[in-house]
Amino acid sequence: MMKSWLPFDWIAALRFLGEGRLQTAFIVGGVSIGVGVIVFLSAMLASLEANFINRVLTSQSHIQLIPPDHVARPLRAGSVEDAVVQRPSQRILSIDQWPKVRAALLAMPEVTAVSPTMAGSALAVRGEASRAIAMTGIEPATYFKIVRLPDYVVAGQAAPSSEDIVIGTELAKSLGAALGDKLNIVPASGAGRALRIVGIFDLGNKGANQRNVYVALRTAQALLGVIGGVTTIETTVSDIYAADRLAAQIQASNFVEADSWITTNAQFFTAVHAQETSNTLIRVFVALSVAFGIAAVLVVSVIQRSKDIGILRAMGASRAQIQRVFLIQGAVLAFIGSIIGSVMGAAAVIYFHAMVRQADGSELFPLVIDRSLFFRTTILATVTGLIAATAPALRAASLNPVEAIRG
Amino acid sequence: MAEEILKLEKVCKDYNIGLPSATRVLHDVDLTLERGEFLALMGPSGSGKSTLLNIVGLLDQPTAGRLTIKGEDTAALPDAEITHLRGHTIGFVFQYHLLISAFTAIENVMMPMLVDRGFPNSAMAKRADDLIALVGLTNVKNHPALNMSGGQQQRVAIARALAMNPDLVLADEPTGNLDTRSADDVFALMREVNRTSGASFLIVTHNIALARRCDRIIEVVDGRVRPDAAPVPRH
Repeated sequence: MMKSWLPFDWIAALRFLGEGRLQTAFIVGGVSIGVGVIVFLSAMLASLEANFINRVLTSQSHIQLIPPDHVARPLRAGSVEDAVVQRPSQRILSIDQWPKVRAALLAMPEVTAVSPTMAGSALAVRGEASRAIAMTGIEPATYFKIVRLPDYVVAGQAAPSSEDIVIGTELAKSLGAALGDKLNIVPASGAGRALRIVGIFDLGNKGANQRNVYVALRTAQALLGVIGGVTTIETTVSDIYAADRLAAQIQASNFVEADSWITTNAQFFTAVHAQETSNTLIRVFVALSVAFGIAAVLVVSVIQRSKDIGILRAMGASRAQIQRVFLIQGAVLAFIGSIIGSVMGAAAVIYFHAMVRQADGSELFPLVIDRSLFFRTTILATVTGLIAATAPALRAASLNPVEAIRG
Repeated sequence: MAEEILKLEKVCKDYNIGLPSATRVLHDVDLTLERGEFLALMGPSGSGKSTLLNIVGLLDQPTAGRLTIKGEDTAALPDAEITHLRGHTIGFVFQYHLLISAFTAIENVMMPMLVDRGFPNSAMAKRADDLIALVGLTNVKNHPALNMSGGQQQRVAIARALAMNPDLVLADEPTGNLDTRSADDVFALMREVNRTSGASFLIVTHNIALARRCDRIIEVVDGRVRPDAAPVPRH
């Protein structure tokens, strides 16, 4: 029996779909596959992108402030001018008045964390062995808000005090050092210091594990001979995609060079952009073929139902009512198809995620299934169905009831 | 004098206007139907009976002439008014394709009310029940429309035509594809509805025996209404 909360247009649309069961099943299948492909592609891309961004942004600041390069200016006194201006070597220099810059950054509402660091190179010496290292002096409290070093520590702890050092697994291996051992850290100036290993980390990158070491900010300042100075100010911001704009803003108002993570990872963004463009193209064409499928089925349905349409018109059904009956069919087909397709797409992503593994058996990417993706896909598909149904619906509404009944 | 439900004045219908194949199907048809009249429309195939019925039923427009239904000149009415008039004043019984196959018998009877109101309600279901009982199909009312015999389908169609309490019921060979017995039953049913509801009937038929049981017979020959069409005595 008919439900009293459903209006005529819906009752007729659903009954017509129910009666043409095979047709309905086929087109719902077609829509499902199309939507499934779209959901799968979108979820994959979102997962890969999220994975990368997550990886980049937990081991890197969003905006990095460094002192501007030294530039040699040609002398312009008198009429003699040098034809060749040699680029000066870049000494390790502190950011000019960095506490003021830090205060300015902290005053910006978009900035979530600020950490000054002192970076330079040195040698790590233990007995006969020595290795070149890239040393970073950090303020652990603020630095760990930007780079989650503690997450990567495999032994000991991540925060060095002034007599301590945190090193990578590869360096520990090649120097034969373990927790509690001392390393002699010798900068280019020659005045070395013995520091105790308090932590060993694994960044998942052999080169980084070999080279990177972390010491306290003061220790680095002393070793590199820049007392009280910092070479870099690392910053995170609340909206990572606004980093470019903020970097430009910071650079304009301070005597520093500001690089956003977007600029330093330009290649990745090119890849993501290309990926997104091709993905969009695929989505558009899949959506188009789904729309054509729905339209084709409804056009046939209008022809099959022309007598029913004629009878309904003879009973006093208006053109608008007939039109709605077919528009609803289009929307319902797309809606049901998109729900099944969303489930199929999600299942495919989960299967892919489970089956395709890295060489060591760990996951290739974290699974990111955003609920809003299904929501958007379903709405978009339903609207597509509605649009696809427009032409058949108009045709149904314009049928001459006499011809429709005569058959 | 009884109220005129239907009045045709010099109604003409041409097909393929402007083409070499242009034909005039109806020539200056004059016809008047009073409330409660039961009128048979006879004539050979292709004489224009169905065209006339479609024009009277507002499914088709005349090329020339005036069609007045319950005193309203239909030529002046916009499409929405025509649709409304069709739903509220006229009930159709077709020869073929009587019912909508996606619905049950009783749902088919409810359909004109549903089309009119938008949402189903218990009053509609009650009225449909009464009509189904009137045509004697209560025991099969929930059968799918096409799961019934021709005679049953035709009776459902009559019940449906009466759903909106129409002033005029138009039937195009309602007994055309029924056996004699079913045809008699269906005809008797229409006659009875005519007596009880007071609706006028205009019935296209080839069956002279049935036509004789109507109030009046009109003959259509070559698109013209025979002037000598005379009332037939009731029996």
